[in-house]
Amino acid sequence: MTFQDALLLARPEVFLAASTLVLLVWGAFRGDKAMGEVSIGASLALFVAAGFAAVSPEGTAFAGGFIADGASSFGKVAIYLISPVAIYLGDRWLVRVGNGRFEFPILILLAALGMGMMVSAGDLISLYIGVELQSLALYVLAAFRRDDAKASEAGLKYFVLGALSSGLLLYGSSLIYGFAGSTHFDLIAKSIEGGATGTGVLFGLVFLICGLAFKVSAAPFHMWTPDVYEGAPTPVVGFFAAAPKLAAMLLLARVLSEGFGTALEQWRQIIVVTAFLSVAVGAFGGLAQRNIKRLLAYSSIANIGYALIGLSAGSAEGMEAVLVFMVLYMIDVTGFFACLGALSRDGKPMEQLSDFAGLARVRPGMALALTALSFSVMGLPPFSGFWAKMFVFKAAIASGQWALAAVLLLGSVVAAFYYLRLIKTMWLDAAPGQIDKEPMDAKGVALASALFCFPVVLPALAVLEPLAKTAASAFGLK
Amino acid sequence: MTGILSLITFAPMIGVAAILALRAMSAGQDTAVVANRAKIVALVTSLVTLALSVFLVSKFDAKDTGFQFVETVTWFSGATYRMGVDGISILFVLLTAFLLPICILASWESVTDRVLEYLAAFLLLETLVIGVFCALDLVLFYLFFEGGLVPMFLIIGIWGGKNRVYAAYKFFLYTLLGSVLMLAAILAMASIAKTTSIPDLMVFKFDPQVQILLWLAFFASFAVKMPMWPVHTWLPDAHVEAPTAGSVILAGILLKMGGYGFLRFLLPMFPQASVYFTPLVFAMSVIAIIYTSLVAFRQVDIKKLIAYSSVAHMGFVTMGIFSGNAQGVQGAIFQMLSHGVIAGALFLCVGVVYDRMHTREIAFYGGLANRMPWYAAVFLLFTMGNVGLPGTSGFVGEILTMTGAYQVSTWTALAATTGVILSAVYALSLYRRVMFGELVNPKLAAIQDLTVREVVIFAPLIASTLILGVRPGLIFNLTAASVDHLVGAYKAAVGG
Repeated sequence: MTFQDALLLARPEVFLAASTLVLLVWGAFRGDKAMGEVSIGASLALFVAAGFAAVSPEGTAFAGGFIADGASSFGKVAIYLISPVAIYLGDRWLVRVGNGRFEFPILILLAALGMGMMVSAGDLISLYIGVELQSLALYVLAAFRRDDAKASEAGLKYFVLGALSSGLLLYGSSLIYGFAGSTHFDLIAKSIEGGATGTGVLFGLVFLICGLAFKVSAAPFHMWTPDVYEGAPTPVVGFFAAAPKLAAMLLLARVLSEGFGTALEQWRQIIVVTAFLSVAVGAFGGLAQRNIKRLLAYSSIANIGYALIGLSAGSAEGMEAVLVFMVLYMIDVTGFFACLGALSRDGKPMEQLSDFAGLARVRPGMALALTALSFSVMGLPPFSGFWAKMFVFKAAIASGQWALAAVLLLGSVVAAFYYLRLIKTMWLDAAPGQIDKEPMDAKGVALASALFCFPVVLPALAVLEPLAKTAASAFGLK
Repeated sequence: MTGILSLITFAPMIGVAAILALRAMSAGQDTAVVANRAKIVALVTSLVTLALSVFLVSKFDAKDTGFQFVETVTWFSGATYRMGVDGISILFVLLTAFLLPICILASWESVTDRVLEYLAAFLLLETLVIGVFCALDLVLFYLFFEGGLVPMFLIIGIWGGKNRVYAAYKFFLYTLLGSVLMLAAILAMASIAKTTSIPDLMVFKFDPQVQILLWLAFFASFAVKMPMWPVHTWLPDAHVEAPTAGSVILAGILLKMGGYGFLRFLLPMFPQASVYFTPLVFAMSVIAIIYTSLVAFRQVDIKKLIAYSSVAHMGFVTMGIFSGNAQGVQGAIFQMLSHGVIAGALFLCVGVVYDRMHTREIAFYGGLANRMPWYAAVFLLFTMGNVGLPGTSGFVGEILTMTGAYQVSTWTALAATTGVILSAVYALSLYRRVMFGELVNPKLAAIQDLTVREVVIFAPLIASTLILGVRPGLIFNLTAASVDHLVGAYKAAVGG
């Protein structure tokens, strides 16, 4: 393979990196008034990169450190298409709060680039680079409103705990390298073939999974989630509740299936426990929340638990289910945070549950959108969240874990209560006073996502499901 | 004829779309005028759906034991859009289409708040319920089955009584809890049998050990929906708080989804497990019949009394279904249809006085027969139907389910007969306390008898109660082939 071939495989990322640098210089010259231009440029760059990813050839580049296959293309297209939405919403939102800075789209671009690296990672080093690039950009984004005490707190918490998880990740990687003799996933797989998984490698694997569990905010590494969700700017939360989770899940899926496919029985135990804890924490923790952003944090913990169940199936069907789940969940969550970004009362964003009282009378459209999204995240048919859950549970049951599936389905009933409470507040309670006119951008995204979760999802599944199936076959599981 | 089932199922959605369009177009106009237009749209939609269902029944071939009007469209791997009806489900489609216009008429004046949303919720519910009875794919079935929670939650929660939020939560979470177990079972069946097609699964032979687990999961869902003792406690709350039309739908149709599920899934797909658990079901049915009848007797709220009596009547249905012979199953189906009409009518009767006096307390009333002779006559007819007086449709179902159960378990049938007496005790005492005696409460002095609209609502219900009471063959002709097929397959599977 020549260097040109390698570059061709990495074309989306190369293009994205180059565009980021150009836009950065452009912004530096023009100052903050260039924010609009940089945002448009960044969005275009992401669309082009998504196009490149969609038609990308398959193969491995840079001595196996970079993989371009069906799964990576799938992930990249999803990530690069959802990121412009975050740029669009964030850009408008920051301008409204008087904090418009051109670095915002650049940081999203960098985060997207990091995620692109993550889903393409072929060895532990590119894995770490991807994760760090993504995380560093997100730390800054979380604290983007630097004058806001809560945002700074969120950014700092995220950073400190994130650094800890990176440490775990690195420590695990070094153990694996030491005992398996390579950082490449396929070589690691070879070294543990035939069930010869040494304690050292397993030890490293545990740390690796812990580090990645932190990134997807799976229990018991979820502690940062509620605080960061609450403090960070709403559109930013909407972004890092969606795309990075998809990237990290894909990465986890790749490491576990390509690097440790033969140690399925070992890592499955960890994933099962994490999934169980995540659903339990998400369901019961959410009950006590009165702040919607915190509530959504717990909801995301629970939902990651469901995605992990698909992973624990350890089959091609399970990986396919994870991909479908993450894409559908990403759209739900984007819509949810778009709603939160759109709604404000007397100039203050509506964040407490009680702020939503009587929304259905004043803003029936928004209330309907939020209701549909809530039912969807709850997992009620025919909304998209139901299909997402159905796929992961089907895979889990097919792999023989029906008891776990049944228990976790019951967990979803507990979680249903807090979504119902939101719906009840919107439809049944009396409205106290006026709600500000919502901005068109966030409202548009909110309504579009609600429409996607029903009814667009029904025909969309017929397209998404085969795509995910092809993508999942890249992991080489049965 | 392909496509007619989808047409019937989704016809109400056209009404929903029309109402939403009406809402968008008439912003700023007088809400009462707009509401009136919406009511007419909803009524016309539901009547068209009814006409289509009648047409469907007229085209139905009662000799055919399989599914008819089948539609199959491949969706994505794991789910197929597959619809079809047999002699059992077609009647429930008809019942749904029959009760919906009545519900809309019944809410004509009593609902004044957010009328458009109310009507849209009802039409949406109609689509989902008809979908449940037509779906021939497990995933599709679950989709319709669970989807029905959304409009019902809103109907109880928004347009209900004082304690509506509690009732709505209880209804939703109770039902959801049962249903997620069913979802797990559905997915397990899909992975074992490699298909989600209901006709294929009906002939698929599951391992008896697996059957037990799957049976329990399905049973959890349907027993809550039915509802069976001891998971019936959501029903009285939901009924009391729901608006009149909501109660009619709930008692008339939604409860029937449980019984339908028993017939469609438990007996044909898990015959061994059904036999294994028959004593349990019989015990639960008998307890439901006796215990809830006694509870009903002690109620001070008319609606709650009728709600408990519904649970008791559903006890006959479960008993009939699990007797596993033609009489029992036929009787159960008949009982469900007849109860749908009679219980619906009784809730409408309560609605009549509630609209006038805004209370459902039994003690408030008394001597109504003096002021409302027509109302008293109508109420009497349905009370008698509820008791199971020969000549009304209530009799046929009870006698058949007991005949069926007698062949399997004499003691069960014997215990169930006491339910007939007990139902007379609570129903007649209710009637006496509300209708007879002196009219002492001065607030009742000016109460009006039935209006023309109310007469129009009751007329079809009265007609069907009496006609089915003397000509039950109308129903049995349609169901006979399918039921014989079902019972034959069941007996063959369990070696009886």
